[in-house]
Amino acid sequence: MTDSSRTITGAETSPVGTDPADTLVEIDDLRVHFPIKRGIVLDRTVGHVYAVDGVSLRVGRGETYGLVGESGCGKSTLGKAVLRLERPTGGSIRFDGTDMARMSGEPLRRMRRRMQMVFQDTLSSLDPRQSVESLLVEGMRAHGLDRDGKSTERELRELLSSVGLPASALRKYPHEFSGGQRQRIGIARALAVRPDLVVADEPVSALDVSVQAQVLNLLEDLQEEFGLTYLVIAHDLAVVRHVARRIGVMYLGGLVEESDSDVLYEQPLHPYTRALLSAVPVPEPEVEDQRERILLSGDLPSPAAPPTGCRFHTRCPWRQPTRCDSERPELRDVGGGHRVACHYAEEIRDGIITPNSVEGNSSAGVS
Amino acid sequence: MALLEVRDLSVRFVRKSEPTVSAVDGVSFDVHPGSTVGLVGESGCGKSVTSLAIMGLLPGRGTEVTGSVNLEGSELLRLSRREFDRRRGKDLGMVFQDPLTSLNPVVPIGLQISEVIERHRGLSRRDASREAAKLLERVGIPDPDRRLKEYSHQLSGGMRQRALIAMALACEPRLLIADEPTTALDVTIQAQILTLLKELVAETGTALIMITHDLGVVAGMCDEVNVLYAGRIVERAQRHELFSQPRHPYTAGLMASVPRLDSPRGQRLAPIEGSVADNIPWEGGCAFSPRCGNALAVCRERAPELETVEQGRLLRCHNPIGAAEMERAHD
Ligand SMILES: Nc1ncnc2c1ncn2[C@@H]1O[C@H](COP(=O)(O)OP(=O)(O)OP(=O)(O)O)[C@@H](O)[C@H]1O
Ligand SMILES: Nc1ncnc2c1ncn2[C@@H]1O[C@H](COP(=O)(O)OP(=O)(O)OP(=O)(O)O)[C@@H](O)[C@H]1O
Ligand code: SF4
Ligand SMILES: [Mg+2]
Ligand SMILES: [Mg+2]
Repeated sequence: MTDSSRTITGAETSPVGTDPADTLVEIDDLRVHFPIKRGIVLDRTVGHVYAVDGVSLRVGRGETYGLVGESGCGKSTLGKAVLRLERPTGGSIRFDGTDMARMSGEPLRRMRRRMQMVFQDTLSSLDPRQSVESLLVEGMRAHGLDRDGKSTERELRELLSSVGLPASALRKYPHEFSGGQRQRIGIARALAVRPDLVVADEPVSALDVSVQAQVLNLLEDLQEEFGLTYLVIAHDLAVVRHVARRIGVMYLGGLVEESDSDVLYEQPLHPYTRALLSAVPVPEPEVEDQRERILLSGDLPSPAAPPTGCRFHTRCPWRQPTRCDSERPELRDVGGGHRVACHYAEEIRDGIITPNSVEGNSSAGVS
Repeated sequence: MALLEVRDLSVRFVRKSEPTVSAVDGVSFDVHPGSTVGLVGESGCGKSVTSLAIMGLLPGRGTEVTGSVNLEGSELLRLSRREFDRRRGKDLGMVFQDPLTSLNPVVPIGLQISEVIERHRGLSRRDASREAAKLLERVGIPDPDRRLKEYSHQLSGGMRQRALIAMALACEPRLLIADEPTTALDVTIQAQILTLLKELVAETGTALIMITHDLGVVAGMCDEVNVLYAGRIVERAQRHELFSQPRHPYTAGLMASVPRLDSPRGQRLAPIEGSVADNIPWEGGCAFSPRCGNALAVCRERAPELETVEQGRLLRCHNPIGAAEMERAHD
C-alpha cells in the first residue's frame, strides 16, 4: 500500500487523538521565541532564538509520547511550554480540552497540579536542607492535598514504596542518596500531587546504565499503577524507543517526523531520522560491523538563524535542487498516522532518489 | 610484542582526614600496535584514573601509584616529570571528554597545534603551520586555513573535539588514549568522530585505548574489551566473544540493562539491582556480590582472582555464567 500521492496537511488518518476525549494534550502551531537582547541596558532586541517554531502534536490519554532530537533542538522548551513554565510566543496548548494559553491566576494554578515535571536531576535544584518528607509534603500542601497528618503519612509511605524506597527515606536528606535514588525521590515528588501528565525531561541521562534500567522499569510500572500520561523527552533514541508508543523527532525547533515507535524504527522516512537512527550504536558487534552510517556533514545551524526552506537542507544527504532550500515542508501524513516534514518523503521511501555522496557535501552546512 | 604493557597498576588517593580511596587496584593489560583496547564500566570504576596514570597526569601529592607501565621497553612510572612531558608529546596522545578544558582559550587553535609540531618534529614555524592545516583537514574540519586562526570558543563541540584529535595526532603518537571522547556530543556528531578514530587506527597503525561507558561504542570500536568494576578488571575478552557470551554476571547485567534501538518496544529491561554504593571492599570478598544474582557464600568471604578460563578470556568470578553447563559438557 504505497500511495505516493500527497495528502495535504492535517491528520485525518491519525490513529491517536481522533476522538477528542482520548486526547489529553493538544499542541497546535506552538512557537516559543526568545529575544536576543543587546546593549548596556539590555533592552534592544536584535533577533530571536527560534527555540520552538511551529510544532503541532497530540498526546493521547494514558499513552507515552517520546520527543527526541539533538542538543538545542527545543525539546525542553517545548516541555516547559506545555506546563506553562515558558510562555508561548504563539499557537495554542489545550490540556484536557482547556486552552492553557488563556489561563492565569487560580485556575492555572489548579490546572498545574495535574501536570508535573521530572528533570535530569530534579533534586539538585531543590533545597538541600529539606528532608525528603518535607519535599514531598510541600507540593501536596500547596494543592490542599495534605488534609490530616495520619493519612498523609500513610500516603507518603505508599508513594515511597511505589518508587522502590524504604519508608526510612522520609527522614533523610537528598545528599544521602545515590543518583538513582534521588531520581526516584524526584519521581515520587511529581506523583505526590496525583497528576495526569508527567513531563519527564531526560529522566535517566545522568544515571549509570544499570540504574537507568531500574528507573525506566519504574516509570513503566507507575504508568500502569496510576494511569499516567507521559511526555518523555530524551536525546537517546534507544531510550525513547523503549518507553514511547509514539515518537516525535525534532530538528531546529520543528517536528520533522512522527509515528508509531516500531514504524519509526522500521521505516524512517525523514533524512534526519534516518541519519539519527544510523548513528545510534547498538551493543552487538555483528550489527555494528554491518551497519551503514549516514554521516551528516557539518554542525547544527544556529536556532537564531535557521536555514530557509527545509531547516535540514544544509546537511541533508537527500537534498534536491528544487524546493528544499526555498519552501518549508509541512508535517504531513503519508499514511497510517506516519507524519513527515520532507518534500520528497515518498521518493525517498520508494528509492526513487538516493543520497548524494557525503564527500561532495562535506563543507556544506557548516556554520 | 606489545607496544604498551600495563602491569599490576594501582592508584590510591591518600588524604588526611579522609578515608583512602583505592581507585585502581591491580590492573594489567597489553596494547598492540594498530589495535583498539576498550576499558568499559560504570561511573567511578577507575577508567579515567587508569588513563591518567598511564599518561603521568595524576596529581603528585596524595597519590600513590604502584605497578608498571611499560612503553616499548621503557618504564614510564619511573620517569621524571620533565622526561614524561617529552615522552608524552612524542609517543602518547590523549583526547578527553571535554575538549574545552584541554584547549587553551587564549591561543588560536592553529598555533596550539603547530607549536606541538614545531617542538616534537623540529619543523620551522612556517612548515609546522602548513602541517597543522593538513591535520585539521585530515580530521574533517572544513576551511582549515581560516579555522587555524580561530579560538576554541568559536568552534562547536564537534569541531573542538576534532581540533583536539588533530592536536593529539600532531606528533604522530604510537598510542592514543581517548577518554569518553564523544560522551558530550550528539550522536550524529559522535558517529563522525568514531568513524574518524577508526580510520586513523587503520591508516596510521596507532594503537588506541578507548574508554567509555557505552557498550554500543565498544561493540563497534574495540578489538579487545576490559570490563572494570570497582577498580579491577572483572572480565576481558575479544569483542565478539564478550558480546555473544558474557560470562561475568556484571558484564551480562550491563548488557541486559541497556535499552537497544533494535529491540521491539515493550521488551522489559533486566537491570542489575542496587548501585555501586552497595559495593563491599575487595578485601572482604567480591565487590559486586551484594548486587549479584549468582553470588554464593564464598563470594562474601574471599575475593575472586582474575583467571584465564578459556582462550583469550579472563574472568574474576567464583560463579560465572555458564559454568555449570560447561562442566557438564566436559564430563
Ligand atoms: N531562556 C532562554 N533564553 C534564550 N534562549 C534559550 C532559553 N532557553 C533555551 N534557549 C535556547 O533555545 C534553544 C532550544 O533549547 P532547549 O533547551 O529547548 O533545547 P533541548 O532540545 O532541550 O537541548 P538539550 O538536549 O541540550 O537539553 C537553544 O538554542 C537554547 O540555547
Ligand atoms: N583526584 C582524586 N582524588 C580522590 N579521589 C579521586 C580522584 N580522582 C578520582 N577519584 C576517585 O577514584 C575513583 C575512580 O574515578 P575515575 O574518574 O577513574 O572513574 P571513571 O571510571 O572514569 O568514571 P566516569 O565514568 O564517571 O568518568 C572514583 O571513586 C573517584 O571518586
Ligand atoms: S525536504 Fe529536502 S532537505 Fe529536507 S529532508 Fe527532505 S530531502 Fe532533505
Ligand atoms: Mg533539554
Ligand atoms: Mg572518567
